[in-house]
Amino acid sequence: MYTFSNKLKTFSIILMVLGLLGVGYGFMTSHKSFEEVEHLLATEEAHHGGGHAEEAAHSEPSQDAHAAHDDHGQELHAEGNAHQEHVEHVQHQIANRPWAAIYVAAFFFMMIALGVLAFYAIQIASQAGWSPVLFRVMEAITAYLLPGALIVLVIAVASGTIGHYNLFIWMDPDVVAHDKLIQGKAGWLNLTGFVIRALIFIGGWSFYRYISRKYSIAQDTAEDNSNFKKAFRWSAGFLVFFIYTESMMSWDWIMSVDPHWFSTLFGWYVFASMFVSGITVIALMSIYLKSRGYLEFVNENHLHDVAKFMFAMSIFWTYLWFSQFMLIWYSNIPEEVTYFVSRFNDYKLPFLGMVVLNFVFPILMLMNADYKRIPWFVVLTGLVILLGHYIDIFNMIMPATVGDRWFIGIPEISSILLFAGLFIFVVFTALTKAPLLVKRYPFKKESEEFHY
Amino acid sequence: MEASKVIHAIYTDDDILMSAVKKVKAERHHIEEIYTPFPVHGLDKAMGLAPTRIAITSFMYGLVGLTVAIVMMNYIMIDDWPQNIGGKPSFSYLENMPAFVPIMFELTVFFAAHLMVITFYLRSKMWPFKKAENPDPRTTDDHFLMEVAVHGNEKDLTDLLKKTGAVEINLIDKAH
Repeated sequence: MYTFSNKLKTFSIILMVLGLLGVGYGFMTSHKSFEEVEHLLATEEAHHGGGHAEEAAHSEPSQDAHAAHDDHGQELHAEGNAHQEHVEHVQHQIANRPWAAIYVAAFFFMMIALGVLAFYAIQIASQAGWSPVLFRVMEAITAYLLPGALIVLVIAVASGTIGHYNLFIWMDPDVVAHDKLIQGKAGWLNLTGFVIRALIFIGGWSFYRYISRKYSIAQDTAEDNSNFKKAFRWSAGFLVFFIYTESMMSWDWIMSVDPHWFSTLFGWYVFASMFVSGITVIALMSIYLKSRGYLEFVNENHLHDVAKFMFAMSIFWTYLWFSQFMLIWYSNIPEEVTYFVSRFNDYKLPFLGMVVLNFVFPILMLMNADYKRIPWFVVLTGLVILLGHYIDIFNMIMPATVGDRWFIGIPEISSILLFAGLFIFVVFTALTKAPLLVKRYPFKKESEEFHY
Repeated sequence: MEASKVIHAIYTDDDILMSAVKKVKAERHHIEEIYTPFPVHGLDKAMGLAPTRIAITSFMYGLVGLTVAIVMMNYIMIDDWPQNIGGKPSFSYLENMPAFVPIMFELTVFFAAHLMVITFYLRSKMWPFKKAENPDPRTTDDHFLMEVAVHGNEKDLTDLLKKTGAVEINLIDKAH
């Protein structure tokens, strides 16, 4: 049985309090009046010399088109309009920042729990012989899924109801009224449908999590393997449900921040990100618990296997990232390519940096079989992978919400702290609820004696 | 130094073979070679063989393949004749890199795989028309053969090997 150390509990609470303060600060400072933004832009322009005017025109292609339409005679009027539109645009971006920051962090920690749940289901459905000693760690991590996913949903809905459509512009009836493209998608992209779908996804995942945990605990004291068999069937069913809902979730919760853009392998891409982050967290948790003496039945062979998964899934993520990028770059169709143009122009460092963090670093660090067995090596690589996948989600959400007004500052870091604290609190609390080693699980013995 | 006389001890079970290897090693006799019909898990460790370095060679061959791909395409597509093909930017290698990645990847894998296989063949001395070095045809079916060097301690060795469960012990004179 695991006992939640007071130190760790205090640490998680401190994280949450600090995070909350920072998030509050972010929201307090993001409401700027029209004049303030105008002033801000003027000072920025002064700082950059004449360069900014060009940049501003550059980042506002639609405005240019608008200005070009009512040319001749109305040029002065159009210019005044363009200025007002530009300031309002920037004002909106500044207001979006704390929303986007908290949404990215909330989604990031939710997806870790969801990735682990998928991994857990795969381990049961494939009857893996190495992983049962890690089942309780996985079950504890998935305890964050229900609160985490509900928080993501609440933020998404709140951004469109309390907030001023700070994440999803398709929630804004004003925008939809002037946008043929979004009107065409309104059958899918509407708030009611969004909430209903989200509740189905969350309900399905949480139901599987609940039922598999129940069977897992029941199997500990069972006389036969009936619980294991039921868990096996539910896991196989869940995996089918999961791959459909995960794909739709990625359209709803992430892709729809850019409602003009679409990509067919996006669901897989998001899945790869959540899967590798989830596996990394399993590795980090196991190493931590083992170092505290709670997992004496976990040895370096288990670590080696988890690290192999981290390695392989990092490459899988890169494969999907590159496939999506290269196909769009190559054909260069305007309606698709704007997605990457905005990322290349305004997000060069995070966009290319994450490829280094998520691909180059893990591939070089984890290629050697001996290194995969060294805990500090796996921890180091794991932290880099997690950072890389945070930036991955950051790159998905931010360009559509704050555009070139991005920065990793107080709102972003505080949001990470807030959800990291909550994550640690929920997960380690769940860890105290059951013994750390499954009993009477059919593959338990094999797993304990697993060696590679 | 290869002994001129060797003993061939034949076993019919891989578990017995494994324990025999451990006993022979414990008695500090030199095992020249072991012939088995299939890979016996852990045999290399029991014999104390050094781990293979073939994965390291493969990694280096992969780097060679990557370099070949980059140098080749940089020369052909950028330096030698930078044509405009469908509007792709051929001004520098980096600008057109996404189009080159599939080839970079494939050549890396190609070099890593094929050169590693060739290295394996060279190191294990395998080629077509090579004369098979099989001391006993049964070792390709269901028998295991341990070849132990003899240095005038024939009697001791025979007794020891008998005790380890060998079904057949032959003294072979290798001097021709």
